[in-house]
Amino acid sequence: MTSRSLPRPVVQQSASEATAGGAAAGHHAHQPRGLLRWVLTTNHKEIGTLYLLFALLMFFIGGTMALVVRAELFQPGMTFILPEFFNQMTTMHGLIMVFGAIMPAFVGLANWMVPVQIGAPDMALPRLNNFSFWLLPVSFTILLSTLFMEGGGPNFGWTFYAPLSTTYAPPSTSFFILAMHLAGISSILGAINIIATILNLRTPNMRLMDMPLFVWTWLITAFLLIAVMPVLAGVITMMLLDINFGTSFFDAAGGGDPVLFQHLFWFFGHPEVYIMILPAFGIVSAIVPTFARKRLFGYASMVYATASIAILSFVVWAHHMFTVGLPLTAQLFFMYSTMLIAVPTGVKVFNWIATLFRGSISFELPMLFSLAFIVQFTIGGLSGVMLAIAPADFQYHDTYFVVAHFHYVLVPGAVFAILAAAYYWLPKWSGVYPNVKLGLTHFWLSVIGVNLTFFPMHFSGLAGMPRRIPDYALQFADFNLLSSIGGFLFGISQLLFVAVVILCIRGKGEKAPAQAWEGAEGLEWTLPSPAPLHTFDTPPEFVPERDSPSRH
Amino acid sequence: MLQLLYRSCGLLLLLTGPALASAINTSSGWNMPPGVTDISREIYSLHMIIFWICVAIAVVVFGVMFWSLFVYRKSKGAKPAHFHENTTVEVIWTAIPLAILVIMAIPATATLKKIYDASDAEIDILVTGYQWRWHYQYLDQDISFFSNLGTPRSQILGEEDKGDFYLLEVDNPLVLPVGKKVRFLFTSNDVIHAWWVPDLAIKKDTIPGFINESWTIINEPGTYRGQCAELCGQDHAYMPIEVRAVTEEVWLSWLDEQRETAAAEAASGEREWTLAELNERGAGVYTTYCAACHQADGSGMPPAFPALRGNPVMTSAEGRDKHINAVLFGRPGTSMPGYGTTLSVNDLAAVITYERNAWGNDTGDAVQPSEIRALLDR
Ligand code: HEM
Ligand SMILES: [Cu+2]
Ligand SMILES: [Cu+2]
Repeated sequence: MTSRSLPRPVVQQSASEATAGGAAAGHHAHQPRGLLRWVLTTNHKEIGTLYLLFALLMFFIGGTMALVVRAELFQPGMTFILPEFFNQMTTMHGLIMVFGAIMPAFVGLANWMVPVQIGAPDMALPRLNNFSFWLLPVSFTILLSTLFMEGGGPNFGWTFYAPLSTTYAPPSTSFFILAMHLAGISSILGAINIIATILNLRTPNMRLMDMPLFVWTWLITAFLLIAVMPVLAGVITMMLLDINFGTSFFDAAGGGDPVLFQHLFWFFGHPEVYIMILPAFGIVSAIVPTFARKRLFGYASMVYATASIAILSFVVWAHHMFTVGLPLTAQLFFMYSTMLIAVPTGVKVFNWIATLFRGSISFELPMLFSLAFIVQFTIGGLSGVMLAIAPADFQYHDTYFVVAHFHYVLVPGAVFAILAAAYYWLPKWSGVYPNVKLGLTHFWLSVIGVNLTFFPMHFSGLAGMPRRIPDYALQFADFNLLSSIGGFLFGISQLLFVAVVILCIRGKGEKAPAQAWEGAEGLEWTLPSPAPLHTFDTPPEFVPERDSPSRH
Repeated sequence: MLQLLYRSCGLLLLLTGPALASAINTSSGWNMPPGVTDISREIYSLHMIIFWICVAIAVVVFGVMFWSLFVYRKSKGAKPAHFHENTTVEVIWTAIPLAILVIMAIPATATLKKIYDASDAEIDILVTGYQWRWHYQYLDQDISFFSNLGTPRSQILGEEDKGDFYLLEVDNPLVLPVGKKVRFLFTSNDVIHAWWVPDLAIKKDTIPGFINESWTIINEPGTYRGQCAELCGQDHAYMPIEVRAVTEEVWLSWLDEQRETAAAEAASGEREWTLAELNERGAGVYTTYCAACHQADGSGMPPAFPALRGNPVMTSAEGRDKHINAVLFGRPGTSMPGYGTTLSVNDLAAVITYERNAWGNDTGDAVQPSEIRALLDR
């Protein structure tokens, strides 16, 4: 392995205040204690922890809603909830998982790891960082409270197509819009902070092409966020005006255009799905080389592939709209551009496999989750290619086949990458290794559960089951039964992960050294485990010829 | 429990035995239905081609991956190599997928062009989505009707065994002749729906303010079932589609029959109806159009959907005008739609009468079709 010198001593008093814009001022001596410390913290590690714990909480709330849905779908018939409530559950599940679980989890990982991976003392804008986080609990409290309002919560799907979400929406919709605005502001501010940090606070000598891929993927993700979150803000503002101020952006009766809604939504929505996967690519690109004990294959092509995916993601949005009646030329354009996006995606998968090839591979927990990610994400990518074929999509669209596709890329994909990241960096965060027995059980139950849930959905979708229905024809009963069993298995086994995290927080387990994993590279492993609250107050030494992931 | 047991047997069959034959469409039960039109067959083969290409890619990629995982295990003493880039292979594995995609795109483009050519149709049908039913209008035949879910509520609630076509049956199917080019025009009266019949490989959104277009030529007589595919509110799962494809002669006589019924229906709007007649017909109309929100027993789901049983508007003479008004013109600002333009005067009179007499409302009040007609003509 690298002959990097051991951790440089953490200097307590330093020039970091200047670098961090003075916002970390007074961070050493008089810190508030107890709860207030967490409310007022400007420390990137503490805020990272807050983000991660928040995401975990939302993962369970959103997950419980998914289980309500799966319980209703266990058997045909209106068995245990009413269709109206069913629609609220599918909608809230989607919104909470996307905006409350996956995105905040990645932001939490960025908060923790980006500064330590680039040798920065903190995020560039620490107070803004605190604000970005605390917007989220406010936003989701409002969102969840809509369930208790007259007429119920959002019931129009996470894609909230107008006019179902405007003229025909429940009265609570304005609160839903407010919650989305807050979550959106939080994302934009977080993204600005990440970009400012990466562009300004890298340790001397670290060029862009010397950054770890997790940092690269987050830099690109942050640009995507800044580009598309305002579009989301725009579209929900137009909804707000339609609902409360008599405009008719999306109301055909007033000369408005319901299809415009979908264009705007998916101009945000498609890049949004890549926002939820690019950081996962970064995580897997960190973990696979570590446990293959071999450098990542094709570092530069990984960076270029990520950038191409990001750029292409702006010109494929209408593949979600193949059935709205676009003109033939538009249909062809979006079909071709969508197929094209599979190329850089494929390059990524091939690079990971080339990294494994002739490595020296071991199967620690982070590696298991990453390998499962590669296989399962690829399955989702392949069904994505099928969906890109517009004429075939006439049959796939809005069926369980699409549900299978995006859950494969998001659950056994993005969520598995987040779990891999947690298992990988928990020793650095907590100072102890995650419990292997619990972790292995968690892994295998998750793999079985997730595939049992989502694989049968390919079949029920192809056979003709539309998505978002609380009751279905008898034909689909067997596949739904399997999916429901799998869903409960997956959901319940996530409690094991909570147990693993609690053990780590309590410091129960094998103590981890600074270099927690034999083959790991990167500045984070020069820090003691657990990483002290303040790190890299003086920029660490970085010699590109020795330390860069792109060195020759 | 028994049902579960039976179902597990079905599962075993599914996993081990031959595919279960599908009853509801031409699907094998777990694959896309090949369908009954040239286009649907073309889409099916396109689907199978991409599917096998994806399987081949998966086999190669996962094959190399698992082989590497197996051979280069550290526990077997594997020593890592030091290579970490190779421009040639990078170019190759960018170019090969690109080539495969181009190969896929060619037939896909050809099929898409055919799908978009709706010219020279012989029959035009206007399909309008409503919350939560379909309306069909034969533009040149002067026939139009609503098509509602045919499955009784008792089956949905599990009070009765579910039939073979549970949730996929309607009261008035769309009847079409085989071998003729039919053009569909799609629009919506409220929110966006999507008209989907897998065996015809047509799925098109019905959008308020827009008219979409699609076409089909059905090759084989039969009944083809589908569902709304775009979330459209609470009863999205309960607005199926049933297309009955028949020979041209049968279709022509069906058209005549429809016209006769329509004429008889119009004539009976003139005469005086008895309370019993109105109540009987009203019960059916209520189940189809009102029960989803106001419930079969009139108890509603307050506050969103008010109860009708014991409601002063329905039990008092003073409420009568308000009642009729609400049913005809809706309640703006609530989810109560006006039925004045969608239901016939007979149905309107019947359902209002029913609501004023059912569940102990007992006003003994009969609202006549002629009265409704007068109101609507104003
Ligand atoms: C090879 C790459 C991919 C291709 C070609 C692809 C293609 C598509 C297409 C064509 C659809 C629309 C299907 C329909 O509604 O009929 C779709 C839906 C979707 N995809 Fe992908 N996809 C790819 C990768 C991904 C990734 C990486 C993610 C996220 C991590 C993702 C998330 C989604 C989501 C969330 C939806 C459905 C949204 C909804 O309707 O609720 N996809 N994909
Ligand atoms: Cu997309
Ligand atoms: Cu619908």
